[in-house]
Amino acid sequence: MRCRKCKERAVLEIPRHHTAFCKSCLTEFVCAQAERAITEEKMFTKADRVLVAVSGGKDSLSLLDILHKLGHRADAFYVDLGIGEYSRQSKAKVESFTSSRSIPLHVHELKEDEGAGINELADLVHRPTCAVCGTLKRYHFNRTAVELGYHVLATGHNLDDEASRLLGNVLHWQTEYLDKQGPTLPASMEGFAKKVKPLFRLAEREIAAYAIVNKIDYIVEECPNSKGAKMLLYKDILNRLESESPGTKQAFYWGFLARQKADEQTRPSMAEHDQAVLHPCVTCGQPTTADVCSYCKLMARAKKDGPAPVGS
Amino acid sequence: MKVLLNHPAREVEVKGPRRVRELLKELSLLPEAVLVVRGDDLVTEDDLLRDDDRIEIRPVMSGG
Repeated sequence: MRCRKCKERAVLEIPRHHTAFCKSCLTEFVCAQAERAITEEKMFTKADRVLVAVSGGKDSLSLLDILHKLGHRADAFYVDLGIGEYSRQSKAKVESFTSSRSIPLHVHELKEDEGAGINELADLVHRPTCAVCGTLKRYHFNRTAVELGYHVLATGHNLDDEASRLLGNVLHWQTEYLDKQGPTLPASMEGFAKKVKPLFRLAEREIAAYAIVNKIDYIVEECPNSKGAKMLLYKDILNRLESESPGTKQAFYWGFLARQKADEQTRPSMAEHDQAVLHPCVTCGQPTTADVCSYCKLMARAKKDGPAPVGS
Repeated sequence: MKVLLNHPAREVEVKGPRRVRELLKELSLLPEAVLVVRGDDLVTEDDLLRDDDRIEIRPVMSGG
């Protein structure tokens, strides 16, 4: 198979775009798609300082790589969840990637700061590990971006992540979550960082191929806690649909975004909605809909039920 | 040829020569969910794999 652009040997076929690319045209395509997302969705400019949440996986490390290629000022933030060998390996990948490119890296250690790893914390509060992980990561991503003065927090969510999340929300009619499924969430109030997903136009397979051809050393293993996760099932179902009918994922997610944009005039803006329902947490000051935010509630419960001192 | 699979990591022996798409079909793998790497290079579905090739099937889902 030949590259449709330059006729060199192709390394990736992209049926949804009826095309195939060689190494350098694939890199160009991926960077162009990310740049288009950043510009069209008004994510940030080259004057802004961007904090990229990195996990050691292909998406977040590729995002950091792409942003630097595009000339953006992007630093890295890693949350060490303390999941044994998996966390040790993913942290080593992040440290090696950032130090080889002289990219500043901020690290939050759960075991040091919360006093326990994610599995122990989930056991203490009797909640699913992935739910506790989501609460902790969202809290630290936002807090770190705001406290360190970054203009925006970027995550490596790709088209497959967003389409599978949308499928899950629609299957269970969790309509209250749909408003937050856009690629740009505004910094609607004091203490809230702007959040963006510059890879939402790119499929997981395209980003994995980008990481391989650009020799990005990422963690190939899945998080051991994700075994049996519903999101993996939704991704598998969407991959089957995509194989039979290329373009299904983008038609589903981008179609949703187009409808959301068309409704913008008739609904209050996200910033107006947030300002109406959010206020500072009485314990930590982070924005929340309740008196105490879900992170502080979780940590209070872990401290109450924990056999050993948890957190400070 | 030796084929390294992930999730979980294991190695299987498959007789060559055969096209990438035939290999994936034989292993019951969805092309959309994996990438095929020969040495350091990605290969596409119509590439021919030989008996002395060392192949890695890399799932596109990873991390978490």
